[in-house]
Amino acid sequence: MLAFLLKRLGVMVLTALCLTLVVFALVNLKPNLVKLAKEQTGSRITEQQVEVWLDQNGFNRPLGVRYAEWLGNVVRGDFGHSTRFNAPVSEVLWPRLWLTAILMFWVMVVMIPAALLLGILAGMREGSAQDRALSTVAIATTSTPEYVSGVVLTVIFASQMVGLQWFSGSATKAAEEGPTLYTFALPVLTIAIYGTGYIARMTRASMAEVMTQQYIRTARLKGVSFRMIVLRHALRNALIAPFTVIMLQFPWLLTGVVIVESLFNYRGFGWLLIEGAANNDIDLLLACSIVAVMIVLVTQLISDIGYVYLNPRIRVAA
Amino acid sequence: MSASVNSIATSVDEPLLAIEDLSISFSTRVVEIPAVMSFSATIAPGEALGLVGESGCGKSTVALAIMRDLGKTGRITGGSIRFKGRELTNMSEAELRRIRGSEIAMIYQEPMASLNPAMKIARQLMEVPMIHAGASAAHAYAQALRVVEAVRLPDPKRILASYPHQLSGGQQQRIVIAMALMSKPALLILDEPTTALDVTVEAGIVQLVKDLGREFGTSMLFISHNLGLVLETCDRICVMYSGEAVETGPIVEVFDEMRHPYTQGLFRSIPLPGTDKALRPLVAIPGNFPLPYERPPGCNFGPRCSYFVAGRCDAADIPMAPVSPTHATRCIRWPEIDWAAPPPAKAGGARAPIGDVVLSVDNLRKYYEVGANALVGGDARVVKANESVSFEAREAETLAIVGESGCGKSTLAKVLLGLETATAGEIRLGNQEIGQRAIERRDTRTVASIQMVFQNPFDTLNPSHSIGGQIVRVLEKFRFGASQAEREARMLELLDLVKLPRAFARRMPRQLSGGQKQRIGIARAFAGAPKVVVADEPVSALDVSVQAAVTELLTDIQRDKRTTMLFISHDLGIVRYLADRVMVMYLGHVVEIGACDQVFEPPYHPYTEALLSAVPIADTSIEKEEILLEGDIPSAVDPPPGCPFQTRCPRKRQVPGDLCERELPPFVELAPGHKVKCHLSAEVFASMQPVIRLVGTGA
Repeated sequence: MLAFLLKRLGVMVLTALCLTLVVFALVNLKPNLVKLAKEQTGSRITEQQVEVWLDQNGFNRPLGVRYAEWLGNVVRGDFGHSTRFNAPVSEVLWPRLWLTAILMFWVMVVMIPAALLLGILAGMREGSAQDRALSTVAIATTSTPEYVSGVVLTVIFASQMVGLQWFSGSATKAAEEGPTLYTFALPVLTIAIYGTGYIARMTRASMAEVMTQQYIRTARLKGVSFRMIVLRHALRNALIAPFTVIMLQFPWLLTGVVIVESLFNYRGFGWLLIEGAANNDIDLLLACSIVAVMIVLVTQLISDIGYVYLNPRIRVAA
Repeated sequence: MSASVNSIATSVDEPLLAIEDLSISFSTRVVEIPAVMSFSATIAPGEALGLVGESGCGKSTVALAIMRDLGKTGRITGGSIRFKGRELTNMSEAELRRIRGSEIAMIYQEPMASLNPAMKIARQLMEVPMIHAGASAAHAYAQALRVVEAVRLPDPKRILASYPHQLSGGQQQRIVIAMALMSKPALLILDEPTTALDVTVEAGIVQLVKDLGREFGTSMLFISHNLGLVLETCDRICVMYSGEAVETGPIVEVFDEMRHPYTQGLFRSIPLPGTDKALRPLVAIPGNFPLPYERPPGCNFGPRCSYFVAGRCDAADIPMAPVSPTHATRCIRWPEIDWAAPPPAKAGGARAPIGDVVLSVDNLRKYYEVGANALVGGDARVVKANESVSFEAREAETLAIVGESGCGKSTLAKVLLGLETATAGEIRLGNQEIGQRAIERRDTRTVASIQMVFQNPFDTLNPSHSIGGQIVRVLEKFRFGASQAEREARMLELLDLVKLPRAFARRMPRQLSGGQKQRIGIARAFAGAPKVVVADEPVSALDVSVQAAVTELLTDIQRDKRTTMLFISHDLGIVRYLADRVMVMYLGHVVEIGACDQVFEPPYHPYTEALLSAVPIADTSIEKEEILLEGDIPSAVDPPPGCPFQTRCPRKRQVPGDLCERELPPFVELAPGHKVKCHLSAEVFASMQPVIRLVGTGA
């Protein structure tokens, strides 16, 4: 297992290097650098002045050299300087990432149990009225994108128009003072609802398939009750497939975070990403891309390990 | 009437299970399809009833009806099933749960699929007494340990701590049997329990089931399509055809004095010792099994029956008629038929004269590397699928390749066809070396010269192309003919060759039955006038009654075209029937090769001897030497040192010292053309007795 982990870590580092090199090369394309120079010095400068500025700031050195230099700094924990916030990137990045982590945590707390329960209840009796009703709910939620459900939820639960005003339409306070049900319910629900439908559908399909397996018949003809068949014999087998899907949801949720954070004015990682992109903040964007890559790779690692745990037929080959 | 037969049976002994006039239907969106019609049977305590028939005859449906597990679509439409005097057909789910697994237990066809892959063996076994007897975990574990010992598994504690995938197929089936025995059931239903296993493993399981039945006094319902297996295990037999029982009676009586034309047809279509493709050829049952919604009026077997009389056999439903107090048949003409008459003599072609060597394989080796990771490396392990395989095959000859799973017979076929290339050694087709030449590098002529008939006709035809189109495509690939019209004409000829109507050219594969599909497979293989055809278990996926017809067709074409056939099979009956020479393989090695008679008569290689003993034969006049092999076939990744067979060889102690464990035996020539890879001395070989003996002609 240790050898497997070390090997996977090695592959992760390699992947991260490749991806950051691609992003580094892209943000350092000449037209973007020219744009950067103009933004930093005032847009009405001549081409010669642009070249001078680029020379002075070291942007005209070979790409490889600059990537190596950037990498060296990253290893030491220095992610460079954010032009948008006029501060070291690490000072800007970590607090924002933490805010998003809190959001993600609550999304998972709501989403995973709901999705699994929905999927298992629907899939254990395929084709029943219960299955059809729950499946309809799952399809409806998963086919409603966040920017729609977010607005709809805000209108229903937070606006004066409907008048319920149970929750707040802005999560700014949650970021500043810590999350409360009032401030945090809507952003969490908006993301969770979308993911719930998707995972529930996966779980349902997996569960329905497991219920037709011969070993379920074996259990039934052993005299095991339906409840115990579902809980003891089907559940673990049915969770193997959706587990991977759930882990893949983490990176997928990042895109949802971008929308929801903007919608509810929650200044986390998603908001930071938009700010960086909108302002051509090269160092910030690079740092964000490392974070994104790491989230994808780490969740995949967890997913592989969990898969091994759930499925005894898979053993890690060191 | 069936009821009368039933009452006779019940008066003999109080039955444990009594099925009376049982009818079962499956509802589809369109219609309700009757799967079983007025089926009656009884099983006395301690008795074993064999339920025999081809796929789709309803035998498994009967079993599931007893378990009341017909799914959402299946429904019992009439009749009764009484178990220990209690009616099962109207029992509630809760009552059923108390009976299932405790009083009636079931053993299934595929052990791997029947065990929960994510649950340890111990938990799966312990569950039974914990549900039914409210046993504590410790008590249940102790009981599981005892039962695992009872099914003769080595190292029971380790087995209990394993997951199903960590066991071999034979071990898994023993676990399924152990699970069924956990609560000492009164009735055991076995649904083709050994179909997925190798013959030598099957023999062990059959012995186990018989012993346990005797020991615990368990009644058994043994469902099988294998008549030989039923003869070995059962007291009485019930033959089913198209949803009905057609003949039922004591096993020996039905085998020797069958009184239904279908039963007779079944026996005439399976190769028994004594049949011979030249002298006493198999007689296939003509036509196909009727689909459930296309059953003929009157006798279901009528359209395929050679004793059919219009106006009588198709006038009304045929009732069960008593032949003797214990024997009944669903045939109204049984008293009129001359049952002793020999099958209609057929112009069985004589064996073709054997020609020159067409294919020669010399010292062929095929190793696979497994476990290596291309990106980061890792320990590569070598699977030695073929080890120094040498043989020759001549024109118009049938060379059978026999062996169990992992013996390397399929790898050999792949290398011959160029799907894999040899690791070492030489394969010569004519005067061309093809061992190192993958199929994409072979020229068209070579590809057409060596072709294959595959095991599973259901997967080898493209479902979205017409039959004709697929054959024409092959001809195109072989660059046959100058124009499309010429190829079309040739395609129609090929359909004639495999005795299918020309209209089939326009049909899609789904419109064909299994036997018809395999005929297309044969037409495809013979399209390019091949020199060599490799037939990999060509009939094992087909029903017994069509097997004979397809086998006959294949051998007829082969004889006419003077093609060399390599016939890969595990069915020794069919091998004995049609092969000129036989090659026996074990763990990648050829352990015995010789003419058919040489291999089937002593002296044998010890493995051949065990194999012959393991194959169940559906003939009451046959007596077999019982040779049970210990354990399982070793893995080709980690073959034993010395002789590959030494870990299971019953004759190992007849070789002095530990020679078998140290050295690979040489290929000893016992008679001209008969070679055996074994350390046994000439004296031991000379003293070997035949495994299969004919004892008189039966009652």
